[in-house]
Amino acid sequence: MIIFFAVFLLTLLVITAIAIVRTENLFVAVMLTSIFSLLMAANFFILDAADVALTEAAIGAGVTTVIFLSALSLTAERERSQTTAKWLTIGVVSVTALVLMYATFDKPLLGDPNAPVHQHVAPWYLENTPILIDIPNVVTAVLSSFRGYDTLGEVFVVFAACIGVLFLLSAGNGIKAEDETPKSQGLRHHLIPKVVGRLLVPFIVLFGLYVQFHGEYGPGGGFQAGAIIATAFILHALLEGERAALAAMPRAALLGMAVAGAMLYGMVGVVCIALGGNFLDYSVLHSNPVIGQQIGIIVIEAGVGITVCGALLSIFHAFTSRRGLN
Amino acid sequence: MIDLILDGLSWGLLMLGSGFVVVGGIGALRLPSFYTRMHAASLTDTMGTILILAGIILQAGLSLAAIKLFAILIFLLLTGPTATYALANAALLSGVKPELDCDESEEPLKK
Repeated sequence: MIIFFAVFLLTLLVITAIAIVRTENLFVAVMLTSIFSLLMAANFFILDAADVALTEAAIGAGVTTVIFLSALSLTAERERSQTTAKWLTIGVVSVTALVLMYATFDKPLLGDPNAPVHQHVAPWYLENTPILIDIPNVVTAVLSSFRGYDTLGEVFVVFAACIGVLFLLSAGNGIKAEDETPKSQGLRHHLIPKVVGRLLVPFIVLFGLYVQFHGEYGPGGGFQAGAIIATAFILHALLEGERAALAAMPRAALLGMAVAGAMLYGMVGVVCIALGGNFLDYSVLHSNPVIGQQIGIIVIEAGVGITVCGALLSIFHAFTSRRGLN
Repeated sequence: MIDLILDGLSWGLLMLGSGFVVVGGIGALRLPSFYTRMHAASLTDTMGTILILAGIILQAGLSLAAIKLFAILIFLLLTGPTATYALANAALLSGVKPELDCDESEEPLKK
């Protein structure tokens, strides 16, 4: 049954991908990308990867679409006609696809219990998570404790991406595009979206906090929560306009969040060293090593959430403030 | 016995809801103009959502899952029609006129 759904979803994915390549209208392409992410999230979900599905749905289908649309409002809606040799492109893509298909013959089958990925470190994680950390969601345990270094790296990648986008977009003209154009007014004149949106914003933030602090017990954690809370603030910005959003949450505060989250994560590691453990070895944070691990996970997940939220919102505002300049 | 009735009711709701989704899909493909197509698609947001989620809630029984599904239902009922409204409003503002059947002196309206 799972195979049936998976094949159906993957077929839809291929159709969507072809449609994205074929369309020349960039607005349509952005919408199709969002649909692609949603299908991908459903696909992750039927493969039992609920955490990844939540991330894909929140970031891929949600925040990225808004950021793409903001980027699109800075440029033209239509793709420029292609000038390079089409057949060369098709040839390279076909050869790559054939090589990749050939490579899949060596892969273990879907759900094969003897696949190397199920035999390497995964059994050890499954066996030792209840003993060492004692939280139900093994994904969170692996992500924030066993593989804490990787996640620290990811947080700094998010931070670096945010800094990169800000440098690119504010190059040459400072950040002072507080203009009075009608666009910066948001949807204030549309009654129904305004009322419904204002009603929803607090609940979206609440749900984000639930996902943040429920990450140890169910699907969720800092990445997903950061994206969901960022969505609430983006909705607020779309409803009330750029100025009101920046008055509630100034750019410096957003950038500060991106910095503070990453710093918080790193500081936990330094505190662990100061207390006599290894870097990011949370066991020393409490007299009981299991509780120490749990404290460490909660704090670093908070750091991840703050960084992701701050970075996404900084990027969003960087795009929307450019709009007033053109 | 009560389980059987609940199961039957739930399946009935699910089938009916799926029917509405299918009708909405067909309508979105077949109807002539933008507004009529959107009208068909909005059927999926409202009736389809209500019936299918009610069916799943009956399957879940009295549990935390049922409350979560109910919250999802409320959320979708708030956002779906709002999105439809926003879409129609944006279309109207950008100059898409509804196609009217009566051919009075309304011709100048068509672009």
